[in-house]
Amino acid sequence: MIEISNKQEDDIFYIVVKGDVDASSSIHLDESINQATQNHKKILIDCRELEYISSAGLGVFMSYINELEDKNIRLIIYGLSEKVKHVFQILGLDQLLTIKSTEEEAKSLLDGI
Amino acid sequence: MLSRNQISKILASLGIITWFLLVILDTLSIYRGSTNIFFGFSGLLPRAIFIVIFLFAFSFYRLEIGKGDISNINDLIWKVFVTGLIATIGSLITRYLLMIAQYKPALLNKILVHIIYDVNSGLLIIFLTSTYVVWKKLILYQKSKNLIRFWNSYEIMLLLSLALTFTDYHLFDTFFNLVLVVLLVFAIILSVNLKWVAYLNFKQKWKSILLIGLIILYLWYYFITITDFSNRFNPSINIADNVTILATFAFAFLYAAFSILVLLFNLPTSSVFEQKLEEVINFQKLSQTTNTKQDEEQIYEILLESSVSAVLASGAWLEIEQNGSFDKNVLYHRVSPGRKEKIELNIKDHFRDKQILPSPIKTIRKSQVTVDLKDEEFRSALILPLFVQGKQYGELCLLKDLPDGFNKEMIEIIRSFVNQASISIENYQLIQEAIENERYKEELEIAKRVQRSLLPELLEKNDDFEIIAFSKAAAEVGGDYYDTYRIDKNKIALIIGDVSGKGTSAAFHMSQMKGIFQSLSQMDLGVKDFMIMANKAISNCLDKKSLITASYYIIDFASKTITFSRAGHCPTLYYDKQGQLVKFFETNGLGFGILRNDKFNEYVDVYNLKYSSGDIIFLYTDGITEAKNKDGAEFGYERIAKHLEKYASKPLEEIKDRLVNKIYDFCGSQTPEDDFTLVLIKFI
Repeated sequence: MIEISNKQEDDIFYIVVKGDVDASSSIHLDESINQATQNHKKILIDCRELEYISSAGLGVFMSYINELEDKNIRLIIYGLSEKVKHVFQILGLDQLLTIKSTEEEAKSLLDGI
Repeated sequence: MLSRNQISKILASLGIITWFLLVILDTLSIYRGSTNIFFGFSGLLPRAIFIVIFLFAFSFYRLEIGKGDISNINDLIWKVFVTGLIATIGSLITRYLLMIAQYKPALLNKILVHIIYDVNSGLLIIFLTSTYVVWKKLILYQKSKNLIRFWNSYEIMLLLSLALTFTDYHLFDTFFNLVLVVLLVFAIILSVNLKWVAYLNFKQKWKSILLIGLIILYLWYYFITITDFSNRFNPSINIADNVTILATFAFAFLYAAFSILVLLFNLPTSSVFEQKLEEVINFQKLSQTTNTKQDEEQIYEILLESSVSAVLASGAWLEIEQNGSFDKNVLYHRVSPGRKEKIELNIKDHFRDKQILPSPIKTIRKSQVTVDLKDEEFRSALILPLFVQGKQYGELCLLKDLPDGFNKEMIEIIRSFVNQASISIENYQLIQEAIENERYKEELEIAKRVQRSLLPELLEKNDDFEIIAFSKAAAEVGGDYYDTYRIDKNKIALIIGDVSGKGTSAAFHMSQMKGIFQSLSQMDLGVKDFMIMANKAISNCLDKKSLITASYYIIDFASKTITFSRAGHCPTLYYDKQGQLVKFFETNGLGFGILRNDKFNEYVDVYNLKYSSGDIIFLYTDGITEAKNKDGAEFGYERIAKHLEKYASKPLEEIKDRLVNKIYDFCGSQTPEDDFTLVLIKFI
């Protein structure tokens, strides 16, 4: 089961992901990120309550890498549990996506730009 | 065996012959004198002949009509009518001849008169027996055992009464009367079986009334004629004085009279019966849609049509929700969309006035509602919600131009239509789901077969090493893959991979990976070039959101080195015999398909190491490490490391078996959620 919610703070768009991202629920994540990338240049993805992500979910993130670069969008993922972070690391996605531990770190990185 | 046709022809012929015989005898007797006793035979002969003629006629008609194929009511009555008509015309002709014959010489006159009498008798017998048989068919239109028994006893009695012909009893003699009365009583009791009337429609009833009316006319005519003739001519057989004939006359007349009365009285209600019949047919139509491949739209159309005709609505609509979208599919009958809106507002007002459910027309009302409208055209409405599988999917609204136009029966019949339509739709939906499922299952089967066929049957081996592999597929096909390739005498290429996602697309990507591995390995490229080229090749094959993890190894037995690279795959576990420890290769690497251009090349890291005898390489997919137990905890990396450490000295088969069992025990089942695969290599 997945629960995705959005909020806007100043010029930062937040996507909050809770639960599991598997093959069926990855569609919702995809929709969310897609909508976010249409209108925003600064996106933070709150994964503090992300329990599990399957290869389908990772594929969703992966599919936006080019778009993020082309449109000059800053997307930062934060709050990953050790387990989930490990999954990103094994795949090597941590070298292509920006991953931070806390919201503060993520925000300060955005502000720095 | 003679066919029915042949037998009936024979009977007819015999009957006619016998009748001729009677005529001849009659003529001869008159010729010989005016007595009724002739040729030394007693007066019983003509009577016997008469009985025989009667029986022949009776059997003939019994066979022709009684056992015949005509079961259409109107056709049967028509047959009687025609027979009566012919008989009557025949009789009228004889009357005419009689008028002319009065001018002939006396003897000839007498003979002629008797012949005419015999002709009339013959015609009467034909008319009566045919009528009798048809009436029997009508009475037995809806049979019951008792009815049949009762009828048979009547028929036997009637036929037995023929015996009285031999006697000299006359009408108004006690015995004669007794027999006649008994037969009459039976006839009356039998004549109340008029169920066939209900099955005729309005037009057919009128036709029957007409025909039977004329039949009564013929009967009356004949009665008059025969009694008149009998009184005037003193014939050898006085037909008018015969119990059987009189009883049959009476029966024919009684039943005809009853039929006409019942037909007349049933005319007003015949429309109701027809309507009920139509309802049943419509109901059948609705339920038959489950058998044919009619789609939902047709079910709705039939529902609307049937409902309108069942209650004689002057207008109606059927509103259907379309799968959660805002579009509504509406079928109209004599109501325009604008009108519908007006009427809907009207109804809403009605509810507001009465302070019942102030909600819009589509509510969670489970039952029907009747409403009196203040519309110029429609004065009452019946609204029924339609449910399928517990969800409301639409609403049926019927309109009539009189107030309070829907009685209880109408509401009931509409409800049964709606229910049947709901069942039909539910069945249709279930069938669609089942078909979808079947298709999906078939797809999975294909994918599984593809996947199985891609894994190598035999692994490349050598005297320098042992290798063993194990792969267990999940219920839903995944994308685990491993393979070996012998590059040359001393070098072997090895790959283990995992395609993201499940199902048929994962299996197909796997086969593409196999193709790439098999072709590129041939070229002896070296690990880095393999990775770069493999990424390029597979990136062109994958869809946007898919990726493949892999680990690629080239083992050189001459130099005893392993060269490898990890493309996002689970880190390989290595047992170092000399150091007596296990370790994971913590190497960098990006999965295939993540960067689909040359940028990928920067992320390729290649590693070398020398192996020694007794070392073990353990390759696996994440199906093992991510296998969950019932509490949701994962099998994890620790466990496999510990396992390898513990059993490193054992034969590969044993290491593998123990691990597989451990995983099964951990998960509590032998069917994993994700594929898991492992490859063990031990250097000798």
